[in-house]
Amino acid sequence: MTLRLEHVSKSFGGLQALVDVDLEFPHGRLICLLGPSGCGKTTLLRCIAGLETPTEGRIRLDGRDLTDVPAHKRNFGMVFQSLALFPHLSVGENIAYGLTIRGVDKAGRRRRTEELLQLVRLPGVIDRPVSQLSGGQRQRVAIARALALNPALFLLDEPLSALDAKLRETMQIELRLLQRRLGISTIVVTHDQREAMTMADIVVVMDHGRVQQVAAPLDTYRSPSNAFVADFIGISNLVPGTLRGRDAVLVHGQPIRVASVPAAIAEGTHVTLLIRPEEVHVRPTETNGENHLRGEVSFVRDLGASIEITVRCGEQQLLAVTTPRERPPIEIGDAVAVELPASACVVLPS
Amino acid sequence: MTGPAPASASDELRLPRAAATRPTSPSLRQHALLLYPAAMLAVFFVVPFGIMLAVSFFHRVEGAFYEPAFEFANYARFLSPFFGKALAFSIWISALAAAAVVCVAFPFTYFLTRMRRPAQVRVLVFILAVLSLSEVIIGFSWSTLLSRTAGVSNLLYFVGLLAQPVAWTPSFGALLVGLCYLCFPYSVLVLYPALSRLDPELPEASRMLGASPLRTFFSVVVPVLRRSIISALILVFVFNLGAFLLPQVLGRPEHWTLSVLITDQAIFQSNIPFAAAMAVFLMLVCLALVALTLMFGQQRRLEG
Amino acid sequence: MSNAGRNLFMALVVLFLAAPLVVVAGVSLNAEKQLLFPPRGLSLAWYVDLFRESDWLNALKNSLIIATLSAALALSVAFPLAYFLWRHGIWYAKALFALGLAPFTLPPVITALGFLVFWVSTGFYGQMIATLISHAIFFVTLPLVTISLGLESIDRQLMEASQVMGADDRTVFRTVVLPLVRPYLISGYAFAFVLSLNEYIIAYMVAGFTVETLPIKIFNSLRYGYTPVMASVAVLFMLIAVLVFGLIARFGDLPKLLGAWSKEES
Repeated sequence: MTLRLEHVSKSFGGLQALVDVDLEFPHGRLICLLGPSGCGKTTLLRCIAGLETPTEGRIRLDGRDLTDVPAHKRNFGMVFQSLALFPHLSVGENIAYGLTIRGVDKAGRRRRTEELLQLVRLPGVIDRPVSQLSGGQRQRVAIARALALNPALFLLDEPLSALDAKLRETMQIELRLLQRRLGISTIVVTHDQREAMTMADIVVVMDHGRVQQVAAPLDTYRSPSNAFVADFIGISNLVPGTLRGRDAVLVHGQPIRVASVPAAIAEGTHVTLLIRPEEVHVRPTETNGENHLRGEVSFVRDLGASIEITVRCGEQQLLAVTTPRERPPIEIGDAVAVELPASACVVLPS
Repeated sequence: MTGPAPASASDELRLPRAAATRPTSPSLRQHALLLYPAAMLAVFFVVPFGIMLAVSFFHRVEGAFYEPAFEFANYARFLSPFFGKALAFSIWISALAAAAVVCVAFPFTYFLTRMRRPAQVRVLVFILAVLSLSEVIIGFSWSTLLSRTAGVSNLLYFVGLLAQPVAWTPSFGALLVGLCYLCFPYSVLVLYPALSRLDPELPEASRMLGASPLRTFFSVVVPVLRRSIISALILVFVFNLGAFLLPQVLGRPEHWTLSVLITDQAIFQSNIPFAAAMAVFLMLVCLALVALTLMFGQQRRLEG
Repeated sequence: MSNAGRNLFMALVVLFLAAPLVVVAGVSLNAEKQLLFPPRGLSLAWYVDLFRESDWLNALKNSLIIATLSAALALSVAFPLAYFLWRHGIWYAKALFALGLAPFTLPPVITALGFLVFWVSTGFYGQMIATLISHAIFFVTLPLVTISLGLESIDRQLMEASQVMGADDRTVFRTVVLPLVRPYLISGYAFAFVLSLNEYIIAYMVAGFTVETLPIKIFNSLRYGYTPVMASVAVLFMLIAVLVFGLIARFGDLPKLLGAWSKEES
């Protein structure tokens, strides 16, 4: 089941929610649509589900054009943000709802419902009213209900946002394992990048209706395609500068050597230098060498397992993260030298 | 003619949750705030009803209003076939109109709450404007609309669908249509809070599970809101019992409802005690029904 | 149900609601003094007559005075009651609130009759003050409900923040509560005003022969002789209602005033 989105755009009145989204989702993977609120990820999911119609573009499943097919004919399973469990039906009736519509007989429905409850590890609640379940239990019922009809696609809209932190972490892993076990193509919308890193095979980072990057989670961290992705995923030091030649970036007149520069960026243009905090080294000020910036320690945060040092270099604030073992002998107010190793520097378009 | 319901229905027809900050025990000075409204309501509402209750036992005097007495003669007249027929007819037509209107108003209000805001607001303003029309104007409009010289039948005659223009009023049908028109906006307003608060993801979930929009409406929307529907039916029924002009304008004397009789007895027959007795009876019935609706709403909230 | 089907359904209902109004508007424009539709010859004469003929003008004046004052009076009773209940949820406040709801939920004939006997007993039958007070009490329910809705929607943390910064009860009321509840005060007043304009039975029973409001005059005209001025009054009332509610919608959140969640809450 390959899902293909061809130049999909969606606008609501004057508001452009999606701009020229062109994606292909391979079968059997878990894909996360990731971005800040308002970036269009939920709109995209709803277009895939059939709850919204794209203003432009087509949606194809295995080549078949789905764009004009109404939601109730697409056979996709969906878990909503509010879970949307039917309050007037019991747990079993909720799960069997789709089966009832398909005309499955009573015995068949019962069998399948129990099968699903086993799958989500929630036995024994089949006749209970929904209101009596806890948040985590309702979550599982919503998942079971969505999977009841063996859907071609499994769609989830911020499924874990209503759960408390600890439960959320557990459910992320469970959801991932469930998806692997069933091998079902899954699309999850989330604004939490840790969630995406935990669960996804592929991450689609979105902002202002546009796709910013499509990559494996670790690639979005190590090789973000632009400053937005770099900033959204993990913590970044983003330093403005100018590209000099093809091997250095001028930061306030000082050249910082870099290992590689994307071919698309022209010489002499403004760029953003990205370096992750764990790659930044803080040294006492006597050290000299290339790729060292001078600055003053403005804050030290000792978190026990790690130490975060904020250094002010001119107008720039840089964050360095280190372990207790490698902690440099510096205090707040000390003058220091900050090393940005060439191999760790990523050049991004400005 | 009554206007919008306490902008609420069913479980919203409840007493407000108390206190912004912690409910504080009010001091004597703070009680002063309550004195004025309490006095106004006591003097101008409780007292009139008390007097009316008393008057219902009074003796009717020709030429004057009444003289103080204590007799059940007025209530005894309830047992007459005349009163019985009027009561039965009132209940029958009020219930019929309520049922018909809620059947149409429910899907109408549902679609209304799903509309985009600008359009929705426009329709709401229109509904409110129609709601504020007095029964007099509605009676006048519909008697015109259904008349022989100026009404719809003229239009149909022009177009060739009718042999000649016909007067469709006064009649049972005319009264029924007028009553439906009267209570439709009220019905919309009573259903509006519950319908607009319905989680939009519920019908969407139903559609994702394979139910067509029509099936979704009957399998999900209606059952989830059945309490609101029942409350609306009761409230609209009570509302219809209060129509006093339409039966006179659009109906024949056999179509006169209890409210019409009360008005007639009070003003034209100058029989205030009898009118008062009927009013007390009607009031008890209505209060009982409204209390039922309130209890219904409370029970729903208890069940979560 | 497809989009087209749904739109057709909505359109038909709106048509049903608008039909009598179209007829009345048409009748009001009829050049001759006859109940004719479609109108034969168009003229605005009847609208002019409304403001020229002394008895119609008098009725208009009465209606406006009563509406303006009784709505204000209703507000004055409703606001302290709603506020008191909101601050202190005591049982007798709740009982009083229920009492405030009562007049409106009953058929108006009953309330009208109650007022009739009351004013006869107290000797004010037939005077404008009787209509005024009767309307005020009858329409207390509307501002009471809208103001309660408004107060309930005030975030308690705003009040607490104000108190922490040193504001006493009166200042908190003046600076936090009042501005936030103002749209509900206005809409409560507007509802009561528009409904008072249109109200017939109470005005009639209480002082109908001496204080003629527009609805009473229309009804009398219906019985004693037709004139298209009645229709122009009806159109005028419609326009006033659309204007008032349109203004509320423009400057306020009408769906929220009618019981929906606000956009942020949903």
